[in-house]
Amino acid sequence: MAISDSTEQTSGGRLARAWRHVVGPVTAKDGFYRHRALVRLTHWINALCILFLLGSGLNIFNAHPRLYWGMTGADADPAFFSLGAMDTPAGPRGFTQIGPWHFDTTGVLGWSQVDGEFQARGWPHWLTIPYFQDLADARHWHFLFAWVLAINGLAYLVYSLWIRHLQKDIWPTRADIRAIPRSVLDHIKLRHPTGEAARRYNVLQKLAYLGVILAITLMVLTGLTLSPGFNAIFPWTLDLFGGRQSARAIHFICATLIVLFVFVHVVEVILAGPINEVRSMLTGWYRVPKDHD
Amino acid sequence: MASAKDITRRTAIVAGFGGAGWLIANANGLTVSPSFAKVFQTVEDWTKTAQRGLLHPQRLAREYSPADISAYFKPNGTFDPGTDDYNRHAAGHFANWRLQIDGLVDHPLSLSVADLRRLPRRTQITRHDCVEGWSAIGMWTGVPLSLLLKAAALKPNARYAVFHCADNLTGEPSKGGEQSPGQYYESVDLTDAFHPQTILAYALNGKPLDVPHGAPLRLRVERQLGYKQAKYIERIEITDSFSRIAGGRGGYWEDRGYEWYAGI
Repeated sequence: MAISDSTEQTSGGRLARAWRHVVGPVTAKDGFYRHRALVRLTHWINALCILFLLGSGLNIFNAHPRLYWGMTGADADPAFFSLGAMDTPAGPRGFTQIGPWHFDTTGVLGWSQVDGEFQARGWPHWLTIPYFQDLADARHWHFLFAWVLAINGLAYLVYSLWIRHLQKDIWPTRADIRAIPRSVLDHIKLRHPTGEAARRYNVLQKLAYLGVILAITLMVLTGLTLSPGFNAIFPWTLDLFGGRQSARAIHFICATLIVLFVFVHVVEVILAGPINEVRSMLTGWYRVPKDHD
Repeated sequence: MASAKDITRRTAIVAGFGGAGWLIANANGLTVSPSFAKVFQTVEDWTKTAQRGLLHPQRLAREYSPADISAYFKPNGTFDPGTDDYNRHAAGHFANWRLQIDGLVDHPLSLSVADLRRLPRRTQITRHDCVEGWSAIGMWTGVPLSLLLKAAALKPNARYAVFHCADNLTGEPSKGGEQSPGQYYESVDLTDAFHPQTILAYALNGKPLDVPHGAPLRLRVERQLGYKQAKYIERIEITDSFSRIAGGRGGYWEDRGYEWYAGI
């Protein structure tokens, strides 16, 4: 759509220009090529994997909604985290236990409705894949996307190291580390970088990306440590994570951290300008926000 | 003007997101779709191929020290087969229990528990991992399965050992109408059948196996999950295929959707 210069001065023209600034194509004049094709592709495949792995993982968790520390653990052993249902004079209630604390979470955690009927289940149907409780089916989804995640993640890591994306763009510099307090302040004030500074990731952003790469790596390793076949191949991972049940707990804790990352990530995308941010992850081109005068 | 390259890219992006959206929207239906089951089967084959490729056939599962033995070893599945026949055997301390080994063998065997106890034994302290997620450590004593299979002399076309059990399990009520009661059975291929830690156990923690843990005989196949560890074993059938047995997928839980290769 072409807009002639003569309309640029009218108020409608200003609106059109502002609109074009948001959705119009980005060029080397007002932006730069921020994300390469393979980084974009692996980003979205990873997002899909995380969605399916989380949903199926919560369904798997429901088969035994208790976490232990150490090599072993079953119903007779103390759990540091559990979801469950119990009978009370007021009827069945759902509870969430964290260490010594118990919370009544009826309707959401421990005791919730599926297809119009209440049942004892850890996570509610609207969080699990499939929505109905079935360990065998959930495992099928989990292993399918575990393979995709591992291959996709490996492709990203090898490529990013090869083109020095990890080293140049994500690994924090000495100056970055010194700038942590200022960056924290910027984030608290929801102040986003403009101009030259917007061409680089800020230090908290770098640390968050490194953190999520580490968390996903730990997910893969702790997940494999749950496999008795893999244990016979690489028994040292059992020792690395302090036992099979500890590995299961770390698997769950890393999943929680990844959920936290996704939440902050999406909030930041919305605050920083969702169209510009999402477009850059689709086309690669990022429009640099202008300096405030 | 959008170039041809832009249009190709746009199509790819729309197709990619459309496909992902379709997958998310149809996940529940695909879960039980027979055609999508082929995808899941392929994934199981990858996992098995990858693990078998990395795992030497003779490589042992970790063995623990007596101090690691769980104070309480949780029984699961059938706690007591409870049939008249089984109850009679239990009352007689399984003195008349016979283990049949037949099928593709040159010398079919019929052995009592006392016969098995006279054979060379193996004792191993191993970790049992249930598919549900919990683990327990126990000390198992039994006869290496390889010993019995060598005595029975397998025919050249033998590929699987199928374990027929005395218990009838009712299945998962949470699965609704899909689950039906069935006789418990399991199967392993010859790689696992001849593995040094694969034993027919008759003792747990130094005592004769009790009824909840599978008296008088249960399988231990230590590099796989709990549902492979068949209890109350009456018969071992050597076969070239398990497709004609029960649901045809090689085990009670396999017939109900679980992986035949339970190394993960």
